[in-house]
Amino acid sequence: MAVIEEGVPAPAQQGTVVQATDVTRRYGEGATTVDALRGVSLGVEAGQLVAVMGPSGSGKSTLMHILAGLDKPTEGTVEIAGTEITSLDDGKLTRLRRQHIGFVFQFFNLLPMLTAEENVVLPLTIAGEKPERQWLEDLLKQTGLTDRRTHRPSELSGGQQQRVALARALVTRPTILFADEPTGNLDSKTGGEILELLRASVTNYGQTTVMVTHESRAAVIADRILFLADGLIVQELKDASQAQVLDVISSLDS
Amino acid sequence: MITVALKGLLGRKLRAALTAVSIVLGVAMISGTFVLTDTIKAAFGTVFSQVYKNTDAVITGKSAIGGSANNGITPPSLPESLLQKVRALPGVALAEGGITDEAKLVGHNNKVLTSAGGAPSLAFSVNPKGDQRFNPLVLTTGRWPQGPNEIAIDAKTANTKHFAVGDTIGVLTHGPVERFRIVGTVRLGGVSSLGGATIAIFDLPTAQRIFDKVGKLDSIGLASKQNVTPDQLVAQVKPLLPATAQVRTGAQEAKQAAKDTNGFLSFLEYFLLAFGFIALFVGAFVIANTLGITIAQRMRELATLRTLGATRRQVYWSVVLEAFVIGVIASVIGLFLGLALAKLLNALFVSFGIDLPQVGTVFKERTVVVGLLVGVVVTLIAAIRPALRATRVEPIAAVREGAVLPRSRLARFGPYIAIVVILASVGLMLVGLFVGGLATKARLLSLGIGALGVFVGVAMLAPTLVPPIARVLGWPAARWGGASGRLARGNSIRNPSRTASTASALMIGVTLVTLVSVLAAGIKSTFSDSVNKLFTADYALTSQNGFTPTSIASEKALNGVPGVEVVSGVRAGEAEAFGSRIGITAVEPNVSKVIDLKWTEGSAATPAQLGQDGAFVAKSYAKDNKLSVGSPINLKTPTGSVLQLKLLGIFDPPKGGSPFGDITISTTRFDREYANPQDLFSFVTTRGGVTTANTARLKQALARFPDAKIQTKSQFITLEEGGITFLLKLLYVLLSLSILISLFGIVNTLVLTVFERTREIGMLRAVGMTRRQVRNMIRHESIITALLGAALGIPVGIVLALMVGKAISYPAFTIPWLTLIVFVVGAIVAGLFAAIFPARRAGRLNVLEALQYE
Ligand SMILES: Nc1ncnc2c1ncn2[C@@H]1O[C@H](COP(=O)(O)OP(=O)(O)O)[C@@H](O)[C@H]1O
Ligand SMILES: [Mg+2]
Repeated sequence: MAVIEEGVPAPAQQGTVVQATDVTRRYGEGATTVDALRGVSLGVEAGQLVAVMGPSGSGKSTLMHILAGLDKPTEGTVEIAGTEITSLDDGKLTRLRRQHIGFVFQFFNLLPMLTAEENVVLPLTIAGEKPERQWLEDLLKQTGLTDRRTHRPSELSGGQQQRVALARALVTRPTILFADEPTGNLDSKTGGEILELLRASVTNYGQTTVMVTHESRAAVIADRILFLADGLIVQELKDASQAQVLDVISSLDS
Repeated sequence: MITVALKGLLGRKLRAALTAVSIVLGVAMISGTFVLTDTIKAAFGTVFSQVYKNTDAVITGKSAIGGSANNGITPPSLPESLLQKVRALPGVALAEGGITDEAKLVGHNNKVLTSAGGAPSLAFSVNPKGDQRFNPLVLTTGRWPQGPNEIAIDAKTANTKHFAVGDTIGVLTHGPVERFRIVGTVRLGGVSSLGGATIAIFDLPTAQRIFDKVGKLDSIGLASKQNVTPDQLVAQVKPLLPATAQVRTGAQEAKQAAKDTNGFLSFLEYFLLAFGFIALFVGAFVIANTLGITIAQRMRELATLRTLGATRRQVYWSVVLEAFVIGVIASVIGLFLGLALAKLLNALFVSFGIDLPQVGTVFKERTVVVGLLVGVVVTLIAAIRPALRATRVEPIAAVREGAVLPRSRLARFGPYIAIVVILASVGLMLVGLFVGGLATKARLLSLGIGALGVFVGVAMLAPTLVPPIARVLGWPAARWGGASGRLARGNSIRNPSRTASTASALMIGVTLVTLVSVLAAGIKSTFSDSVNKLFTADYALTSQNGFTPTSIASEKALNGVPGVEVVSGVRAGEAEAFGSRIGITAVEPNVSKVIDLKWTEGSAATPAQLGQDGAFVAKSYAKDNKLSVGSPINLKTPTGSVLQLKLLGIFDPPKGGSPFGDITISTTRFDREYANPQDLFSFVTTRGGVTTANTARLKQALARFPDAKIQTKSQFITLEEGGITFLLKLLYVLLSLSILISLFGIVNTLVLTVFERTREIGMLRAVGMTRRQVRNMIRHESIITALLGAALGIPVGIVLALMVGKAISYPAFTIPWLTLIVFVVGAIVAGLFAAIFPARRAGRLNVLEALQYE
């Protein structure tokens, strides 16, 4: 069970929190086989914001799903917070998810019948825990939802909905947060706000984050950028500029 | 998590309500049954405790073969001399004798007033000058009758049939109608309605005269002196009684009388409850299907919950909790709806001529407990499969577009499992039907479980059957229904298991309706076959309803009517032979002229040779009791006398039966042994056969017997089949509840489907489909689903009818094609009906919103 230690704003994680080794993923059988990942290894350090980029169909989502334990690799291993997850049964995986993993989806995936605040605390509700008041207020303030807390998703804009989703992912202070194209369904301006929020959570709370994105702007906020093509990591940049990122992207596209 | 589940339920109010409807109706049926039968039982209880309120002890006739007046046996009367002896006892303060019998009242239209359902036409005597303390009746107007021409009748009959004090009214007992002057109206204290019963009151000598009971009494009411307990009184009376009499305390007598009637009421209760359970079983299908669809539609939501850390167990319990809440709310609503349904059921019975006494509505704790329990448990059972399906939603479904629910590991074997289930269930039914030596309970249980298993099995097989059948059934729609029809046919096949389970719910009702209609058609055809074989008379004489016996005076009235050649009556009574109670009949010597029996031993001359101690029996009875011509038969009558008979003939009745009881004797002997003999039927031949002149003359001769009905052979068949027709109608009405529930199932599926296809419908509208076409599309789909229900149900019903028919060595197997066609047309109409609401919703979808809908 996730135990949120009172008064400690950031998860006290050190070193490598996610470690993938020689991960491959093959879809389908026979003639329709697709090798979405063809041997990917990577480690994510605590407190880092890692961006994953690459052309459509390069395997970004597949990688993300496998890292997050939503999908199993065909070969290879994945460790989260020191636990090898590919062989865990559903119950253990669920508990691991509660304690260590947060998600932000492209399509928000909010529960329509719950208010914004209820959606935010949902992971705690599921785990049978009470939110820590101060932390919750802080989160709502950070995400600018303080005066929207009783609204239902249908009464919120796309950007607001994604902020609810972000707050929901952060509320348990997961070891690692995954976000698959969190801005993919938003306009450029609101998308920018979400990116800033993500960065802020890394900076302020030390929230380790892995994010798939198409936006070169991500370069500005990411500590590390991985480029995927055809199921392989083909390049890696650290503290890159937007120009550098655009360069790599165009080289991959050609 | 509980709050999340409950909020989810609130967020899906329409869906929850649709799910609940089936449980509401099923529970209402159960609670309604309990309320109705409890109310009637309480009414009978009140009636009897009123009747014996001030009676410390009561002496009545005792049937030597068991049974009592409350369950169809006429006990012998008491000798009037007993009254004097009893009065002389030291413990007796007061003793009054009375007559209890049946007297039909005749209305202004010269028709008998009691309803066709056989409510009793009660008759009692009073002593107008005596102490009225034993008299449970109270005068509402006028006074007690006194002298040979006076009568009092019950106030309800007086009111509803427009009789008042001062009027004369016809009374039919053992002879032609007699007229009496009404001097009072009465009611039974403490009861609001006696149902369809009528009451006629005469003074004692008049009652003794008209019921042929001069010098006799049917009961003696006793009051004890102070300090003498009812039990002591009974002990004092006992030594005085002849073998044909018994004495009980008032309380015992009331209890016994209530017990006698409760047998019938318990049957009624189980009978109606069975329909409640069928309704709930259908409801379970509907709920399972509705929840299943809802789960499929909520997949993304459930997957999201899983990614947020919800365990499979939590998902499972959230679905079960949802079902539980729906079950509880629906059951509570159903319980109270049952109060209304009880009234409706009663009205139904009244309309069928069965009018039972009533007191204030009785709503017992047991009704609440059973109703709630059954409703909730059925809902929970129905929720198990959808809940398990919900647990199979993988977290990754939260991020995958168009993910589908993973099939269960067993799904692949579905059709095979289904066939195994069907075979096992049929096997179980065969055991119940054919294996000898089973207790009735075990038999019914194996039949019931077997039938449920067949339904479940067919429903499991249905997803495999649906696509080909739907393609055929949808052909007319696709051919003539334009784009709407083609799309509808496609849609009905697109999710076969959904269409299948929707249709399966309807299948159950259709199966049962088919089963009873096929069986009834068989009974009718063998019955009419039988009559056609046996009936060589021109006319039959029966009572108006065909089953209550008529006075032999009406038969006698036909003797000597010009043109009448033969009149032959068949008496009926109860007796005991070879250790069991049987129905016996008695015939006149000329019976062979009107009924043509096939004799295996003896001949058509046998009836004329019966004399005082001859008897004949049917082949099966002879075989069961190892009888052959010459065998002695000891027949015990209700008065305790034993007739020593000799078997003279054995006949082989047609499959549809004969008008004769187990043992038949001569009317000469019967009329000697049975007080007030009555005819079940009489048969008449006339010169020139059936002619309008003959009919008119016979009717004329029976003018003073309003209860007598003269009929030709075909009229006789129709009348005697009335019982079956009546039962069939009643079964149809009761099964219609299950069918109604399954129609709600279709409504549910369609509404949920429309909901699910919002985007698609928006697209269709955007590319030019009119609202009308959208509505037609839904209608076609609904009709195809309903027809699927009929296509599955009718064959299953026919197969079940075949099995049941074989088991009860059922004579003929007749498929009532016309009725079945009516069912199919009914299914189409039902489909249209079920589509009304969903089609309207689909037609109303706003194109723009529909396209944006996520
Ligand atoms: N469920 C699936 N079944 C079969 N192929 C899939 C599935 N999911 C993804 N793929 C294939 O795997 C490859 C990688 O897909 P994905 O990881 O979604 O790429 P990205 O997110 O980078 O666009 C693509 O070729 C895609 O078609
Ligand atoms: Mg992707």
